[in-house]
Amino acid sequence: MRGVRWLLLKDLQILRRSPLQAVLLVAYPILIAVLVGFAISRGPEDPRVAFLNEVPQNTRIDVGGQELPKANVREQICERVECVFVHSREEARAKVESGDVLAALILPADLVDKINSLSTLTPGVPEVEVLVNEENAVKAELVDDRITSLLAQANLRIARRIGSEGSRYLGLIVDGGQFHVLGETIPILGLRASARILQAVLPALPRSLRPALEEVNEFASQARDNLDVAKPLIDRLAQPIEVDKVVVGGASPPLEIFAIAVAATLTLAFVVVLLVAGSLALEREENAFPRLTRGLVSGGGLLAEKVLLGIAVGLAVTLLMLFGMRIFVPLELGRVWLWLLAILFAGAALAAAGAALGAAAREVRAVSLLAFMVTLPIAFLSLVPSGAVSPAVFDAIRYLTALFPFKPGLEAITAALDAAGPGLGGPLLHLTILAVAYAAIARLALRRFATV
Amino acid sequence: MPPVEAKDVVKRFGSREALRGVSLKAAAGELVAVIGPNGAGKTTLLSILAGIAKPDEGQVNSDGGAVGWIPQQAALYRRLTVEENLLLFARLEGHPNPRASVEEMLGLTGLAERRGEIVARLSGGNQQRINIAIGLLSRPAVLLLDEPSVGLDPRQRARLWEFVSGLAGRGTTVIFSTHDIQEAERYGGRVLVLADGESLFDGSAGELREAVRREAPEDADRDFETAFVAYLRHRGH
Repeated sequence: MRGVRWLLLKDLQILRRSPLQAVLLVAYPILIAVLVGFAISRGPEDPRVAFLNEVPQNTRIDVGGQELPKANVREQICERVECVFVHSREEARAKVESGDVLAALILPADLVDKINSLSTLTPGVPEVEVLVNEENAVKAELVDDRITSLLAQANLRIARRIGSEGSRYLGLIVDGGQFHVLGETIPILGLRASARILQAVLPALPRSLRPALEEVNEFASQARDNLDVAKPLIDRLAQPIEVDKVVVGGASPPLEIFAIAVAATLTLAFVVVLLVAGSLALEREENAFPRLTRGLVSGGGLLAEKVLLGIAVGLAVTLLMLFGMRIFVPLELGRVWLWLLAILFAGAALAAAGAALGAAAREVRAVSLLAFMVTLPIAFLSLVPSGAVSPAVFDAIRYLTALFPFKPGLEAITAALDAAGPGLGGPLLHLTILAVAYAAIARLALRRFATV
Repeated sequence: MPPVEAKDVVKRFGSREALRGVSLKAAAGELVAVIGPNGAGKTTLLSILAGIAKPDEGQVNSDGGAVGWIPQQAALYRRLTVEENLLLFARLEGHPNPRASVEEMLGLTGLAERRGEIVARLSGGNQQRINIAIGLLSRPAVLLLDEPSVGLDPRQRARLWEFVSGLAGRGTTVIFSTHDIQEAERYGGRVLVLADGESLFDGSAGELREAVRREAPEDADRDFETAFVAYLRHRGH
């Protein structure tokens, strides 16, 4: 172990002598922390939409004689998109055509009248007008989604009101009551009272008339019972399907915690794998490897030194990044020892993987490229969620990513950052197995390539 | 027992035989040149003597003293200074007083004034001197140099050989490989000729000239290099 200490000191001296590398090691995590933190704290940018409201002021939506609660349409729309208020259709069109806005939403003057007509005998078709500029496909889709969502919410509120009115009419038919129309009040007897009256007069009727009247009475009873059943059906028409979300597995932390875990793991993976692989390849590029392994340091000792170097630098860089993220997102400092545990295990497994790559190559440039080409796609594949691809492809991705420490490292760091994440034990065991396996591969590769 | 001895060493790389029963014995303070064309097996023989590679057949013995190995390409860290390189290897060698060993080597190589310079900024000749100094840190009884003068200008070569001859004069056995026949003739007290892994000759430079005259008389009066090439051709290489 004496040799390991001096080699570690030597590698740190070399790092210090490479200002670009040292600056990158410090600047990279800070840059990632700032970018991710900024993105998380800002949220997605709202698309700019021109908004023209032609509906006369103080017009109220009135369905079935009842006004809907006053809804500030302007506020509801403008909290989902960045509204650019315009005063005419021409202005709205011009802004869309010039690209100043992605779309224009026009509420025509007769919109409320047509909505109010929905509960009358001559219902109209309420329409809103949307002018779209689809030069940016991503934002155009975002606008479509937001407007569709807005309309769905408006439709739901109106449908509920119409459904409620339908139920009220059915109630009148079944139970009777007062019906107000054109300023007049009309009393409605209702099926229930009709049946009761028929039942009362039935014994007084001649026997020959009773069967026919009993049939009418029977119909009134059946109609009353069936219309009672129909009322909840009408109520359900407005929203026939409700979502009953049951979480059966995959407890997940908040999105911003997951984003931080991804950024931290990505930083750790790149720093550790590139540093360890490059540092080991440097021993051979400088022709020092045979000299070292001629009794000065064992192959195992050299590997241990590189793994220690990777863990030490990875730990420092990742902690720097996480503390940088705390500026934007409150991370629990009480869990710092769990952060350390996760970073240590992930760093060890990533360092062992880097050593396996470094042991197989003779040049720093070649091994750096190789490390980059392995780490980047594995990192991307590790972020593919189930259901995003076919089950067979997902299984293949799952087995492939399980062979590299990125995914268990991500799981461990996610678990360490937030209690709502997955458990820490499984990923740590997975990382331990990978660290041992990659160290064995690196040892074999060193022996295989140690020949002059 | 000689400081180092190889007996009937065979080394194979796949189906190719890099060394075919090569033997070598060197006495204390002797300077042995291993010569031959490229691919003759010189580096392989030195690697086996250094313990870096293992022979497939045959034996390598030493009297227990350390064997210093100086590879053809400088085996040191170019981003460290001269002093840092020497200090690192002195520490790795387990010297009780590594700084004193570094001072000694700096004095021996004449690089004391350049101790703080980054190795990458030094000339090839000076890098080779540090390379040798690192090899000497183990205070070896036997020093193995693999083509030590490659890439050096004539002045640097002269300084290198002056330094190496001084080591031999102090009792260190020096075995060096080269494909420069004149260098072998000038500095090698003994010459071992290898070609295609086969040992063709083992004797003094004068004896090698005699052998050339005997086996390739038509070229014997020409310069030694031409005569040597004719000798190799005559021996089927």
